[in-house]
Amino acid sequence: MSTDTTRTGPATRAEICAVACAEAWRGDGEILANPIGTIPTIGGRLAKATFEPLLVMTDGEAMLVENILPLGVDDPPKVVSGWNPYRKMFDVVFNGPRHILMGATQLDRFGNQNIAYIGPADRPTAQLLGFRGTPGNTINNRTSYWIPKHSPKVFVEHVDVVSGVGYDRAAELGETAARFHRLPRVVSNLGVFDFETPDHTMRLVSTHPGVTVDDVVAATGFELATPSSVETTRLPTDEELRLIREEIDPLGLGEREVPS
Amino acid sequence: MTIDEIVGEIRDGMTIGIGGWGSRRKPMALVRALLRSPVRDLTLVTYGGPDVGLLCRAGKVRKVVYSFVSLDSIPLEPHFRAARQAGEVTTTELDEGMFLLGLQAAAWRVPFLPTRAGLGTDVLRLGADIRTVKSPYDDGEELVAMPALELDVALVHMNRGDRGGTGQYLGIDPYFDDLYCLAAKRRFLSVEKIVDTDDFLKEGPAQSLQINRLMVDGVAETPGGAHFTSCLPDYDRDEAFQREYAATAKSEDAWDAFRAKYLDVSEADYQRAVKP
Repeated sequence: MSTDTTRTGPATRAEICAVACAEAWRGDGEILANPIGTIPTIGGRLAKATFEPLLVMTDGEAMLVENILPLGVDDPPKVVSGWNPYRKMFDVVFNGPRHILMGATQLDRFGNQNIAYIGPADRPTAQLLGFRGTPGNTINNRTSYWIPKHSPKVFVEHVDVVSGVGYDRAAELGETAARFHRLPRVVSNLGVFDFETPDHTMRLVSTHPGVTVDDVVAATGFELATPSSVETTRLPTDEELRLIREEIDPLGLGEREVPS
Repeated sequence: MTIDEIVGEIRDGMTIGIGGWGSRRKPMALVRALLRSPVRDLTLVTYGGPDVGLLCRAGKVRKVVYSFVSLDSIPLEPHFRAARQAGEVTTTELDEGMFLLGLQAAAWRVPFLPTRAGLGTDVLRLGADIRTVKSPYDDGEELVAMPALELDVALVHMNRGDRGGTGQYLGIDPYFDDLYCLAAKRRFLSVEKIVDTDDFLKEGPAQSLQINRLMVDGVAETPGGAHFTSCLPDYDRDEAFQREYAATAKSEDAWDAFRAKYLDVSEADYQRAVKP
């Protein structure tokens, strides 16, 4: 397989998204960073390679690895520091020190998430992944979301099925049951969001370069909190670009998820 | 035992736990034997892969208890999707961790195990009839009471085994196969190779002996018995075959041809047909 290590020029949208994903783990320290999907994985490995070196990460299978693995490359050298088969992953999930960044087929303004199916329970119009580990993730671990195609079909008024717990449902559970529930960040191909409003509804934090607030609002199917000052998502540093292009994503797989 | 003798112990309407994870180390030879048998109305309890898709497509399944059904490199299992979307099977939808606790509760012979997983989600609303329990201690916390997933039969596949029922995995992940066995009334193991008990420790370390003979009622030697799922280090997933399988969801003709070539034949003929 040939590797493209000669990518030059300004940061692409995919690279900006990867950095925005990396920022989700800033300040997390020694926890299991668990990205799912291409751009989140680039982001997680970038965070560990730069500002959060204590993050614990897996090879996507059963090993904890300390070195930065290149995405999509078969059998790269691994510095293995732990064994984490599926069985032991639930020890981490239930024990707590984990921040997952994963996808959502639907997401509402309170952060309720659906990856299970669309339509009625007994005869869905589209069977999707199932609940997977999302109920356990969201009630036990910090959970952020990555949406590669921001649209009103994803950011919906009401999700068909709640697989991941949102802030309104967490509030109904009460402080004790919801004490580990936290949704720090949502990153899409258009911007960065959080839930730091008085009623924990989704708020626009920054738009990516070239994206306007109106673009984001038009692509969102619910009323989005939009503060008067919305920043532009930060650009990757030169060193971050080098790490992404040469070490983390030498094949340019991020570009497939978010084309320029 | 033979795989057909094992499947001969399975009756209509039974609840069958199937080991492995997604499209990894599934007891596929036993699944194929089930497909050839007259058994029907099964309830499947599994971290699902092509085992679920094949049995659903063949009309063997009444209910699936699952947290996902995936072919891993192909995220959505097309035959399971079709069966769900046609309303042909009922389901109990669970979180992955709840599923683990359900097996563990059955294994430990307690009616439920408490967990925070599932609180606030529609898992508690959807046909699963899963209730909550209040902690009897001073904290008084309300938790999900994940009910025991009791199985009539467990089917699992290992890399090595002996005639007494000890099972050894040589890959990097044990999955949950010992729990399926402990959760079931009757427990059956297929293995890539039967070895002498004396030889286990030549194959791998003592901790690779995941299944002990207390947990097993019968063993069958079935080389290639997990094909087309992975059974590392003996073989990886057969991606080309898996794509061929997945494509059969697109037309009746493709399914009929696949069935005639690979499913309406003996296991030995199957293995000959898939060897390049």
